Amino acid sequence: MTSRSDAPFVIGDRTFESRLIVGTGKYRSNHEMVEAIRATGAEMVTVAVRRVDLDRSVEEGILHHLDPAEFFLLPNTAGCYTTADALRYARLGRAAGLSDWVKLEVIGDERTLLPDTAATLEATAELVADGFKVMAYTNDDLVTALRLEDAGCVAVMPLASPIGSGLGVVNPYYIREIKRRLSVPVIVDAGVGTASDACVTMEQGVDGVLMNTAIAAAEDPVAMGRAMKLAVRAGRDAYLAGRMEAREIAVPSSPRSGMLDPS
Amino acid sequence: MTTRKVAATPPATVSIVLNGEPRRVAAGLTAGGLLVELGLDPGMVVVERNREIVARDAVAATPVEDGDRIELVHFVGGG
Repeated sequence: MTSRSDAPFVIGDRTFESRLIVGTGKYRSNHEMVEAIRATGAEMVTVAVRRVDLDRSVEEGILHHLDPAEFFLLPNTAGCYTTADALRYARLGRAAGLSDWVKLEVIGDERTLLPDTAATLEATAELVADGFKVMAYTNDDLVTALRLEDAGCVAVMPLASPIGSGLGVVNPYYIREIKRRLSVPVIVDAGVGTASDACVTMEQGVDGVLMNTAIAAAEDPVAMGRAMKLAVRAGRDAYLAGRMEAREIAVPSSPRSGMLDPS
Repeated sequence: MTTRKVAATPPATVSIVLNGEPRRVAAGLTAGGLLVELGLDPGMVVVERNREIVARDAVAATPVEDGDRIELVHFVGGG
C-alpha cells in the first residue's frame, strides 16, 4: 500500500526532517531544556541575544548547553520594539558566527506582544539587503505576509495567537489563506498551548510550527516535547491524507441493509 | 647599597561603561584582555564597542579606551 509521501521541508538553502521548531526560553533548568528539545525531535532551535550577566559566576550562556553541531540555532530579535533595535540584535546574533539566519520579531504592543508589521517590513528589507536569511514573525494578516515574501523572507511566520497565550489557532481561515497564497514556507509561530493545538495548526497545511512556552511551561516538559513531536506529525499526516467532508448530520458507518426484523 | 622605598603609583585606569554600568579598567587593556579578566570565553561572547560590533578576529587587538561603551552579549534561552 502506498500513501502520499511528504515533500522535504526546505527553508532557504536548508532541509529539515522535523517540521517543529522550538524555543529555549523559560525552562526550569538547562538540563530539562535540552532533554525536552531532544524529545521534540526539532532540529532548529531559537535563542535570544542578551547582555552577559557580569555579576554571576555561573555560566548561563546557552552555548554551554546546546551544541551547534546538534541543533541549528536561530537567533531572534525578541524584545525589540523598533527597526533600529531589531537590526542591532540581528547583527549581534550573526556576529556570534553560527549563521546569517535570524528570526525577526519587532513587537508593537506590550500587552499583546503583537508585531509592528510596518517596522517588521522595514527591518526585513534592511536585513535581506545585508545578506540575512530572514524568518519573520508576523500577524495572521495576508497582505503583510505577501509583502514580507516580496521583501525576501525565506519564511513567513504568522502567529496562531499571542506569544505565550496558549490559545491555539484563533483564525484558521486566515492561516490557510496565507499558506495558499505564499510560495515561501509558512510557519505558524506562537500561541500553541497543547498537542491538539499543534495538530490543528499542521492540519491547516502550513509547512511548520514554532513553539516555546507550551513545552517549557508544561508540568513535564520532556513528556510534552514528545507529545508535540507526535502531534505535529499527526497533523501533517492528516493534512496530507485529506480529511473527510464535515457534515452536520449523522451518516451511519455500518450498513443499513441486512438488519434483522425489529423486535 | 641602599634601597629607597618609593610610593607605588596607582596603576593608570580608564573609565568605561560596561553593559550599562560604569567601571574602571586598566589603561591599555584590549577587548580580548577584558574578556580574560572577566573570565569569559571569547568564543561565546560578542563584543560591541561604541555601537560597532567587533569582529571575532579583531577582539584581541581592539583597544579599550576612556569613555568607551562596551556591550558583551551572548545567547540565552528565548523563543
